[in-house]
Formats: sequence, structure tokens, C-alpha cells
Amino acid sequence: MLRYIIRRVLWAILVLLIVVFITYMIFFLLPSGDPAVRLAGKNQTPQLLEQIRQQFGLNHPWYIQYLLFLKHAVLGDQYGWPGLGLSFVSKVPLKGIIFSRIAVTAQLAIGAAIVWLIVGISVGILSALRPHTLGDRSAMGLAVLAISMPVFFLGPLALYIFWFKLGWLPGTGYYALGQYGVGTWFSHWILPWVVLAVLYAAFYARLSRSNLMETMSEDYIRTARAKGLTEKRVVLKHGLRAGLTPLVTVFGLDLAALLGGAIITESIFNLPGIGQLTVQAVGGQDLNTIAVITLVAATFVVFANLIVDILYAFLDPRVRFD
Amino acid sequence: MPEPLLEVKDLRVHFPTDDGVVKAVDGLSFTMAAGETLGIVGESGSGKSVSFLTVMGLINKKSAIIEGQVLFQGQDLVQMTNDELREIRGAKIAMIFQDPMTSLHPFYKVGDQIAEMILAHEDISKKEAFDRAIEMLRRVNIPQPEERARQFPHEFSGGMRQRAMIAMALSLNPDLLIADEPTTALDVTVQAQILDLIDRLQSEFNTAVALITHDLGVVAEHCHHIQVMYAGKIVEEGTADDIYYRPMMPYTWGLLRSLPRLGHDTDRLTPIAGAPPSLIFLPEGCSFSPRCPYVFDECRVVEPELLPIDGHHAARCHLSLEDRERIVAQEILATS
Repeated sequence: MLRYIIRRVLWAILVLLIVVFITYMIFFLLPSGDPAVRLAGKNQTPQLLEQIRQQFGLNHPWYIQYLLFLKHAVLGDQYGWPGLGLSFVSKVPLKGIIFSRIAVTAQLAIGAAIVWLIVGISVGILSALRPHTLGDRSAMGLAVLAISMPVFFLGPLALYIFWFKLGWLPGTGYYALGQYGVGTWFSHWILPWVVLAVLYAAFYARLSRSNLMETMSEDYIRTARAKGLTEKRVVLKHGLRAGLTPLVTVFGLDLAALLGGAIITESIFNLPGIGQLTVQAVGGQDLNTIAVITLVAATFVVFANLIVDILYAFLDPRVRFD
Repeated sequence: MPEPLLEVKDLRVHFPTDDGVVKAVDGLSFTMAAGETLGIVGESGSGKSVSFLTVMGLINKKSAIIEGQVLFQGQDLVQMTNDELREIRGAKIAMIFQDPMTSLHPFYKVGDQIAEMILAHEDISKKEAFDRAIEMLRRVNIPQPEERARQFPHEFSGGMRQRAMIAMALSLNPDLLIADEPTTALDVTVQAQILDLIDRLQSEFNTAVALITHDLGVVAEHCHHIQVMYAGKIVEEGTADDIYYRPMMPYTWGLLRSLPRLGHDTDRLTPIAGAPPSLIFLPEGCSFSPRCPYVFDECRVVEPELLPIDGHHAARCHLSLEDRERIVAQEILATS
């Protein structure tokens, strides 16, 4: 078991090294022209260009540049650890910005995840246990509808109905928990959470339904029934355990992808998260910020993969000895 | 005469589908005495598994129409509620299945899976149940049962898993063990071990065994009585000697001829011509008539009754007894 975990961790580190290299390549090596000019953004001064050349070692060969880039990322730079450098457009160290943005995105992603897990999986289970009934068919029909509803449509629609027309919920914006209290904080999160969760909930409902239905037709479920267990125990202990375990993989990757920024949701609800930062950075030609966001998002995915792999070994005994 | 352990009377299990009604079991009647071994032989789709899944109450009542009676120790299982059936399942009637590779839950330890069944029926501690699971694993000849009980099914070989299934099935000392093709998925050498194990445990536990198989070779030395099923009905029943040395039904002949025999210089086995009938559109008359080499006009119109020949031996066939005895003597026993 320990060997398995060590192997997974080493593998994750290797993947991260490759990710850093590819990111470096995309932002520094592949485009033609002076990287310093691209990184400087719109307001370029000779001093700024010189500062950038210093920061990234642009006067050295590419492998030194890469090692420097890697060193900053792993060991930190003059702005602290991890070394994320400076936004050369706003002249602010990126570390603080990224961390505060991640905090907002994490609230969005985790809140939405709780909503979609509860709604999606319970609908999926209920449908799987009563397949082809009216309830199952309507739930799955609704799921198709929900999967077909993009956030950029659903978001404004929800705002229009629940904020503008009915006035049941507050509008857009981020209201920090510490500053505004639980009520204001929570009420402002309801719409973003629900809107973001709709698509995922529908997807998870369909996924858990099909997984569970497949599991319930397995031979070992028939064995469980033949043992004289109650139907409740057959479903809860034997069915769900095997039927829902594959969802761990999907969930880990979905959550990680969202932590890298929910661009549309954050834009619609005016939430200062990673996604919104991405849009601003692209608009302001803030290349270093984009590179750092890329790295951060990729790191989330790699870590999520690692956690999922380790968790899976605990959940499915067959994985441990492979 | 003592009350039979299991008495099935005119059992019909029909599955309505979009294409029509699948008549998986169509008028099945038989009895089993306590401690007896009954072999049920037939091809895939002959209704042998479905009839015993019905006995276990494992056929979903919503998707099937079940008629007739299944009297187990005098109680009709067909009329029982799920809760009543649940108390019988595992405790009084246990079942082992064809594929031991998929019959155990991959996520739980073997000992826990056995203990879970004991705990479902008896009010004892988890520790006691687990100890009994270990004891049962020992009785089915699994070496180092204390360690093995703490392992997962994927750490067991196929034969070991089937032993574990048997250990589980017998852990509550049931009156009836249903073995649904228990050796089909196993190597031939392991098959013999498993069947011998079932034999031995049967006498130790005095459990009646219903051995379902498509292999006449398997049932021969392990069963007191054999019934041959075709298209949801019994077409011939009798002792092992009756079925082997005096078979009285062309389908049984086909099964016997399709067996490989040692010492016979044949390159090919002799299959039964044609395919099993659709259970939705059964042939008129005798359901075996489209594949029967001895078919004549009456077979295609009138369904033969299951008529006694002598003692418990009975068969469904329109051929005269003399004709059948002649065919058996000249063609079946001579060539096989």
C-alpha cells in the first residue's frame, strides 16, 4: 500500500515537471519574437523590459531559462513561495492575487459540488432503483434538458427571475464571509452555486443511475439477495459501494477543473475568482498571469488525480496490489 | 410417506416482453425428499435456472407472472411476502451460482461476506459470526482459513471462490442447497473436487441438493434422481440408471450422444441438430419435434404427456415403448 502511494506521488511529481516544461515552452519558446516584449503587456518601458529579462533570465540559453522558471516555481522567488512572479501589467506580485482568487473560486466550486453531489446522486439512486417508471423517466428527461442548458444561458435567466422579477435572492457580486456575515454571504452564493451545479447534477444523476443499475444486475447482488439480506442492505451496502465508487474519479477531476476557474459563472455573477482573473488577464495581455493560472490549474488537476488514485486504492481492494 | 421437502406443482414462470410472453417455465411439477440429490439437466434456456430462482424467490415479481405452487416444508413460497421469503433464503434454502469469479462482492473480505449471511439470520456477535465463517472455510478444505477469511475474493482462485461460496451456502445448515451449474466455469480437475466436496458435505449436513447442469456427465454419479428439462418442461425423469441405461425420450438420447466418451475413436461429438425453440413461440405439439429425428405426424399436433414407464421413470414421447426400447438398444447404447 505504501509502495503504491509512493509510486503515485513520484509519478505526480514527474507529471508536474512536464507540465511546467510545456507551460514554459508555450509561453516562452514557441512564439516568435522577444518574450520580454510579450510579457510586458501594453505599457512597455525599457526599464520594464530589462526587469523582465532579469526575472526570467532571458539572456541565457533556453534550458537555463527553464531551470530558472522551475526554480522559481518550486523554491520561490523574491515575492515568496511559491514563486509566481509579478503581473507586469498591474505591477503587483501574483502570489497574493492568485491566493485570494483561489479562495473565491474554491467557495464557488465546493459549494456547487455539494449541491450537485446531493441532488445528482440521490436522483440517480432513486431512478436506478425504480427504472423505467414515470419518476425515472421524468428525472432523466429533466437531466437531458439540464445538460443542454449552458451556464451563460441559465445564469442570466436565473438572475432575471429570482433577483430582478421576484426579488427572492440578491444579485451579483462577492460578499466575503468575514466582512458581511453568514446571511449575506450565503444568500449571494445560492444562485452561483445552483446555476453552476445544474449541469453537473444532471450529469451525475445519469452517471450514478447507469452505474448503479449495472451494479444491481451483477452476480454478487444476486448472491447478497440469496443470503437473505434485507433489500435495504443489499442496495446500501452491496449496491452503492460498488456502483458509486467509480464516481470518485469523475468527481476528483471535475472539482479540480473547476478550481482552475469557472470562467463563465464567475463572469456572470461578478465573482473575483480565478476564472474572472483569466478573462481580465487575457483582455489586458497580461501574459505572466495567464502562464501562472495555467500552471495553477494544471497543478490542481495533477493533485486531484493523485488523491483520486490513492482514495481509490482504499475504496477498491483490487487496485492495491496491481 | 413423510412430507416431501420440496413439492413443486404446475409451476409456470412467464415473462411478458415487448415481443411476446417468454414461457421460461411452463407447467413444472416435481418433488424432492429431504437429503436427496436431484439433478436437473437441460440446455441453456430450458428453464432449469429460472425454476430454482423462483424457488429462492429471486425472480422479480414485477417482471414475471408466477403461477402454481412451490411447497417447501408445507409452506407455499410463491404466496410468501418478501420478508417471509428473506428469512428462508440463506437459512433454509441456500444457493450457489455458476460463476464464482463474479458471485462474491469484490470489495468485501471473504470471511465478512460469510459472516454477514450468518448475522442476517442469527442474533450473535460479529466476532462469533466471523469465527464460524473461518470454521466453514476449514470444512470446505480451504488451507489457512484464518488468513483466507481476511482476504478479498480476487486473492482466491476460481475453485477456492466456489469453495467459499459453498462454505457460505452451508454455514446456516440449510435443508436445501441449490447448485446452479456450480462447476461450469471451473477447470475439469477442479470440477471433480467441487462435486466431491458437495457430495461429502451433503452427507455431513444431510442437506438436499438440487444440482442444475447442462452436463449429463456431471449428474450421473452425484444424483439419486435426474430430471431432463426442455423448453420449460420436464421431458424425462428417473433414477440415474434409468436415464443412462434406459433413456426413453429422443432429447435425452441427443444429450447422451453429445457426450464425449473415452476410448471411442471419434473426431467429432454428435450435436443435437437445430437450436432450442423460442420460448415465446413454442412449437405446436411436442416442443422437441422440430429437432427430433424420429418425429412423426402426431408429434407436431398433440403435446405428449409425461407418462410413467416404471417406478419413478417417466418420459414425454409419442413413440411406442417398443419402438423406443428398440432404438435405445440398437442406436443409443450401441454407439455411446
